[in-house]
Amino acid sequence: MEDIYFTTITSLRDRIRRGDIKAREVIEKYLGRAQKLNQRLNAFISLNQEGALAQADKIDQMVASGKDPGPLAGVPMAIKDMLCTRGLKTTAASRILYNYVPPYSATVVERLEAAGAITLGKANQDEFAMGSSSENSFFGVVKNPWDENYVPGGSSGGTAAAVAAGMSVAGIGTDTGGSIRQPAHFCGVVGVKPTYGRVSRYGIIAFASSLDQAGPMTRTIKDSAEMMEVICGWDKMDATTAKVQVPKWSTQLSSNLKGIKIGLPKEYYSSAFAPDTQKVIDQALAVVREAGAQIVEVSIPLTEFGVPIYYLVAASEASSNLARYDGVRFGHRADFSKKPAEDLAEFYSRSRGEGFGTEVKRRIMLGTYALSSGYYDAYYRKACQVRRLLRDQFKKVFTECDALLTPVASTPAFKIGERIADPLQMYMNDIYTTSTNLVGIPGLSVPGGMSSEGLPIGVQITAAHFCEEKMLNVGFAIEQALGIWKKVPNGL
Amino acid sequence: MAYNDWEPVIGLEIHAQLLTASKMFSSDSAAFGGADNEFTHPVTLGLPGALPVVNEKAIDFSMRAGLALNCQIRNRSVFARKNYFYPDLPKGYQISQFDAPLCEKGFVEYFLNGEIKKVSIERAHMEEDAGKSTHFADYTLINLNRAGVPLLEIVSGPDMRSPAEAAEYARMVRRILRYLEVCDGNLEEGSMRCDCNVSVRRKGETKLGTKVELKNINSFRFVEKAIEYEIQRQIDAIESGEKIVQETRLWDTAKNRTFSMRSKEEAHDYRYFPDPDLLPIEVGFDWLEKIKKELPELPLAKARRFQDQFGLPAYDSFVLTQEKALAEYFEQTAKVCGNAKAASNWVMVELLRELNEQKLLVQDSPISSQRLGELILLIENKTISGKMAKDVFLEMLKNPKSAQEIVNEKGMSQITDEGAIVKIIQEVLDKNVSAVAEYRSGKNKLFGFFVGQVMKASRGQANPDLVNKILLEKLK
Repeated sequence: MEDIYFTTITSLRDRIRRGDIKAREVIEKYLGRAQKLNQRLNAFISLNQEGALAQADKIDQMVASGKDPGPLAGVPMAIKDMLCTRGLKTTAASRILYNYVPPYSATVVERLEAAGAITLGKANQDEFAMGSSSENSFFGVVKNPWDENYVPGGSSGGTAAAVAAGMSVAGIGTDTGGSIRQPAHFCGVVGVKPTYGRVSRYGIIAFASSLDQAGPMTRTIKDSAEMMEVICGWDKMDATTAKVQVPKWSTQLSSNLKGIKIGLPKEYYSSAFAPDTQKVIDQALAVVREAGAQIVEVSIPLTEFGVPIYYLVAASEASSNLARYDGVRFGHRADFSKKPAEDLAEFYSRSRGEGFGTEVKRRIMLGTYALSSGYYDAYYRKACQVRRLLRDQFKKVFTECDALLTPVASTPAFKIGERIADPLQMYMNDIYTTSTNLVGIPGLSVPGGMSSEGLPIGVQITAAHFCEEKMLNVGFAIEQALGIWKKVPNGL
Repeated sequence: MAYNDWEPVIGLEIHAQLLTASKMFSSDSAAFGGADNEFTHPVTLGLPGALPVVNEKAIDFSMRAGLALNCQIRNRSVFARKNYFYPDLPKGYQISQFDAPLCEKGFVEYFLNGEIKKVSIERAHMEEDAGKSTHFADYTLINLNRAGVPLLEIVSGPDMRSPAEAAEYARMVRRILRYLEVCDGNLEEGSMRCDCNVSVRRKGETKLGTKVELKNINSFRFVEKAIEYEIQRQIDAIESGEKIVQETRLWDTAKNRTFSMRSKEEAHDYRYFPDPDLLPIEVGFDWLEKIKKELPELPLAKARRFQDQFGLPAYDSFVLTQEKALAEYFEQTAKVCGNAKAASNWVMVELLRELNEQKLLVQDSPISSQRLGELILLIENKTISGKMAKDVFLEMLKNPKSAQEIVNEKGMSQITDEGAIVKIIQEVLDKNVSAVAEYRSGKNKLFGFFVGQVMKASRGQANPDLVNKILLEKLK
């Protein structure tokens, strides 16, 4: 039998739809493998043992009775624990939600399940998606399947690790400043952040509402396109979703890039990348040139402000979004039985003080400060103004080219513990990814090569608002020419 | 009320719950009541991942109110988050509007002691209501049914100078909102809430004094009483050398006084910022025009029209326009009987007295405007006298028949036949020969006695004008 572990969505769902293999068998095997490997990688916070099998049986019945089981029939998914799943614990990797079971599912989850996908389990991550290494989790550090001494990236590190390790066929991550693309790069998978407004945020635990966007993490570009067709589109429950038609991306992929102009923002290329990263970028450029694309230099002068603006905007929104975790209605509440709270303030500060981790507290404080009267104009308002200017610069750039090709991060995965003590160094890791979210354009990471240590290196492609198809084609061309995606980690 | 050399300065913040079927940002019912925590969609509960989506009806209603308050409607207004922690505020922030409210720069005119007064409206912005906390000795219960109900907060300028002005302004706002059918204005149930900002300063002073906010006022009478108390408290405090602290005080209905709610409250930083979950409200020309076209005639305009069109006194026209249903009732009555002045008297005196006694709304009046108009018509065409009409009116309260039918059944119609009246008069005079003699010898006072006897003999049906005329002739 063909290997069902390191397979693609398209291949697996075709086999299930044809009746070659039962969804139940697939899910049983995946649950077993995920459980086993989780002891090493800690990619999942929880597995959906019973629910996944029940969903699989439903798919098998549909196949047996000749009904359409959907485009993602029987495909196991690692759902980042930021997405609410009805009846299934959803924690945001935080102590403050360690026992929270939502009464409803995120629109993304609803749509995936309606398309036949199976929620295999809830993937580990940085707490409230705040982090770039998946080390900030109440449920422990996630390991990189290529080398367990390394981080898988973050914040969607659990999803990336699960897909890379063959613990799931695909998954959902969320990307606020690079949280899908960077772990995809670190783990050698495809990760796509669609245009802001493509994917409903309803039921996704909010980190920074104006930046958050869910997206697929898969082994191939085509798989990501398949998932995007399911999860994208207007949702009446999210006022910020766009009423824009969702193309059939998966059927329109082309590695012929004739007529496509690819821009290299000179500010991104002004400082040296790690030698292996440079090699991968050079190789990707050769591939796209070969595929017919024209390479042009472009300029986004405000690039250097991307990270500071990002951390002001994201922290400000987060400070407000996380106010609802107050120990009143759900989640962790401090034990007041021995020492009662003196007043309401103490009730809140003890519950929240115990419930949130260090990085989350740091950002709540940063955001509270930036929004405070007397500082608002200098920080939050200024950041919003520069954000608008940055958007204008990107708009101009996309009149000069169709897509941008850049690194995802300046290095491949770093070692666990290496940067955790230095938040600023950790934040600078996001230098190539945050502008995408600030501007709202789509971005992806596609595997482009391996480092000398055997760690994957991705290439980032971004495009103008709602122009995912150009971005996907460039990624597809690189993927098809290099075939890096076929590599799997040893010893798993 | 005079305050010697002190001048009170009063501004009101009126919170009006909008009568939408569902809440401002969710599909939950916005109805008053319901079982505890019955209307608690994930959005209302502020569950992780829940997002607000604005109820367009709430914007429609707010625009309607804004236009009626003579406000400018912004073509782009923004929802902002007001951040603070409280257990009945599920998200830890209230969605409100801050620097770009939907409505601003308006005014309201109202009528007090024979004159029209004007209060400026600084802004009217949309926001969601919080839940309700009920405090017990060592615990608090929270009901979130109210959380997320749409509110319009109407902020007046500091333009009022007496408790009566404040109360009358508030009544006018309530009246307008009820005319628009956007708020039922029930202070007791809290669908309308009046927070009063009160300060005092020495007459002639142009700077405002330190203001105190009064809350928990659930009737217009208490608006007046609470402000009155607060003005005196502040004057007494300043005169005895104390400083007024900026604070929120609650009105205690039982003790007739205000008391300080929280002292640590000063300088609350709400960290307002635009809500990234909601797009700005863009009001285009067509939308605005549509709402403008739907606006009904408002109370003050109606009162002025009643004065012009029907020649009613100002006071009458203001009484009749207090409620839209009453004004409509009056107009219909006037149309049926053709005499607006008579219609106004009947509605204001007889009808309102009965309705008040029976605690009925005019909509539920046992006598329809059509029936009342017909009754007045019977006086107009002299079928019955005004006095008889009052009896018919009382009968009509219990009897659904028309005035004419009741008159017919009871044989109550007026005797206008001169011959018949002459006959009755002659009988009365024949029976009272000595009184006739006395009258003729100069005792003019007896004329009333003869009228009374004639009316009695005719069982009240003789036309009083004819009786007077013929009696005078006969007694010559």
